[in-house]
Amino acid sequence: MSEPFYNAAPNATRVAPPLPEPRQYPAQKPGNAYLFGTCVLDLFFPEAGLDAIRLLEREGIKVHFPQEQSCCGQPAYTSGYTDEAREVARAQLALFAEDWPLVVPSGSCAGMIRHHYAELFKDEPATLRQVQALAARTFELAEFLLHVCKVEFKDQGSQQKVALHTSCSARREMNTHLHGRALLAQLEKIERVEHDHESECCGFGGTFSVRMPDISGAMVADKTRALQESGAAEVVSADCGCLLNINGALEKQHAPLRGQHLASFLWKRTGGAR
Amino acid sequence: MNSQARIPAVELSSRDLKHNAHNALGDAQLRSNMRKAMDSLMAKRLAAMPDEYEREHLREMGNHVRARALSRLPELLERLEANLTRNGVKVHWAETVDEANAIVLQIAEAHRAKQVIKGKSMVSEEMEMNHFLEGHGIEALESDMGEYIIQLDHEKPTHIIMPAIHKNARQVAHLFHDTLGEPYTEDVDQLIQTGRRVLRQKFFEADIGVSGVNFAVAETGTLLLVENEGNGRMSTTVPPVHIAVTGIEKVVENLRDVVPLLSLLTRSALGQGITTYVNLISGPRQADELDGPQEVHLVLLDNGRSQAFADGELRQTLNCIRCGACMNHCPVYTRIGGQAYGTVYPGPIGKIISPHLMGLENTPDHPSASSLCGACGEVCPVKIPIPSLLRRLREENIKKPDAPNPVMRGQGSKYSPRERLLWKGWRLLNTSPWLYRTFGFFATRLRGLTPGSLGPWTQNHSAPKPAARSLHELAREHLEDK
Ligand code: SF4
Repeated sequence: MSEPFYNAAPNATRVAPPLPEPRQYPAQKPGNAYLFGTCVLDLFFPEAGLDAIRLLEREGIKVHFPQEQSCCGQPAYTSGYTDEAREVARAQLALFAEDWPLVVPSGSCAGMIRHHYAELFKDEPATLRQVQALAARTFELAEFLLHVCKVEFKDQGSQQKVALHTSCSARREMNTHLHGRALLAQLEKIERVEHDHESECCGFGGTFSVRMPDISGAMVADKTRALQESGAAEVVSADCGCLLNINGALEKQHAPLRGQHLASFLWKRTGGAR
Repeated sequence: MNSQARIPAVELSSRDLKHNAHNALGDAQLRSNMRKAMDSLMAKRLAAMPDEYEREHLREMGNHVRARALSRLPELLERLEANLTRNGVKVHWAETVDEANAIVLQIAEAHRAKQVIKGKSMVSEEMEMNHFLEGHGIEALESDMGEYIIQLDHEKPTHIIMPAIHKNARQVAHLFHDTLGEPYTEDVDQLIQTGRRVLRQKFFEADIGVSGVNFAVAETGTLLLVENEGNGRMSTTVPPVHIAVTGIEKVVENLRDVVPLLSLLTRSALGQGITTYVNLISGPRQADELDGPQEVHLVLLDNGRSQAFADGELRQTLNCIRCGACMNHCPVYTRIGGQAYGTVYPGPIGKIISPHLMGLENTPDHPSASSLCGACGEVCPVKIPIPSLLRRLREENIKKPDAPNPVMRGQGSKYSPRERLLWKGWRLLNTSPWLYRTFGFFATRLRGLTPGSLGPWTQNHSAPKPAARSLHELAREHLEDK
């Protein structure tokens, strides 16, 4: 909501204000990029992070992974522990000082940096400027591959049905569903299958999953059922929180299906060797 | 108000959200009724606003109209009162529900009223007006079909637009058969006819008609009310006295502001271009008129709304035009239904408005009962950033209860020194690279020792096992090799 309209003349809202412009992407592929690994990926899906690095390197980009990085601060932020979130966010800021793109292989963490850091530092003008500059060069991995690297994948796998799950905050803040679909569409032998209530949340929601285990459990039960009934042989996602949730639930149900990170899937399908 | 005479209302168990949700989740009939109903409502909304560009423009406009109205709330309310008074409407102000009920009772007693017929009004639910009036020997009958069904079954509304949406035709058929002694039928048209027949007579008997208000127009002193059943028009025109009850936030500046809001409201709610009835009520029957009530009253209720108004961010809560779209799209609401919230307003809007109406101490779990997926904010016709407001309420909810300058009643109802300590530890871990790497090293090396049970997490999941080596290690090696 914009404050200026608070005191606008009565006729000022007769005409709707313009809608925000879609994001503009750099015309040139950059020579260097940072990777922000995110905490869940770091411990639970490290191979996916490595595959993200490999995908970027194959595009001729030199990847930098500052070893001091940890977490974007999102778990505390969404739980209401704003001060703790701010300090953790602050610890990351200094690590990405060069004017290189920051690539994040997890949609909701990318969204956190891109959309919520400004809120965290709204009372610190100097830091706010730094944060805004960082937000402007923060990309979710699929988005970066698609719009900045303009990848053209050659599918080297066999015929396969794949379901895509996107984190809901990430799909709304970062359009990750569109980017994921576009990348999968480049793979000739992949048929992307829709699953029931595809856009619906998997029930993770950070600490929501432990604060409200009954409700969260009902959501992930529906999500895992939909994925299994979709006929997909593989489930991919660019969001590690959702993967942790979905895979953990599938394992508990003794179901054979497991989700994997989009980066790993893309790397394998396009001939990447480990 | 004579509080002794008040009949205890059906207990609102908002403190038991988790418990209520647990029960609701186990109710297979409820789950399937809700899922079907919400799917159909989502599809209807989308069919009514298929053009994304137009939709987004309209939402933007709706947001600005509401923001502008709220920015001058005190001034607009004064103008509304002046213009309504000029039109012959008596305006009453109530800070609390008790005050509002007392006003209604006073009017009813002045007319020796025995029967009240009600159009749909969520504010009257806030007031628990029916119970209150019954306690004073006045019968209050709901005339909206959904509300009528709920009243027959002694339940609370499940949804702000469709109070009985959690029931299917079979359940209503049984209800009508059991309570009204009607022959059993599952034919929806026949069921509705039954309801209408019973209610029709009541409109003529009632001494007072009560209704809500969708928009109160300051410029003209007009109360606008939309509905599909005609019961709203009957309630506001047939009985000799009409009492409208509404929240102070419902005011808009002028009639032209209503145009985008109305279009947003009806399309977001039920996918309708326009409702069957749009009532513009501008005062009682005039000398040269043949119908309409002899007296019209408006009760403007605060009930915690000024608390939300006082904070620039939380004020956005009051943008709400009560369309219900946020509920229809909410994965939590779809699964637990409206009654589990234990509040008058359920779903996403309920989670951000109820803490103002009832205090955080009475709604401690409401802000947390969301994965912040954002479905609500995406469809809200007046662009209330519901997920951000939920996050903000969480922040208020974990403050020290006695922290200075409280913004919310019941601040800190989830304050927990233990949890605070945990987050401090989390912060230390994530701000100290050395500690973080040491932690990562041990978590990966000792992954075999991951406990099989991790509290609530392992209720739905098997325990997560860290990888053998962290990305920090893998990346260092990989990048050093280059
Ligand atoms: S919060 Fe928005 S979507 Fe929900 S009822 Fe209010 S106006 Fe409708």
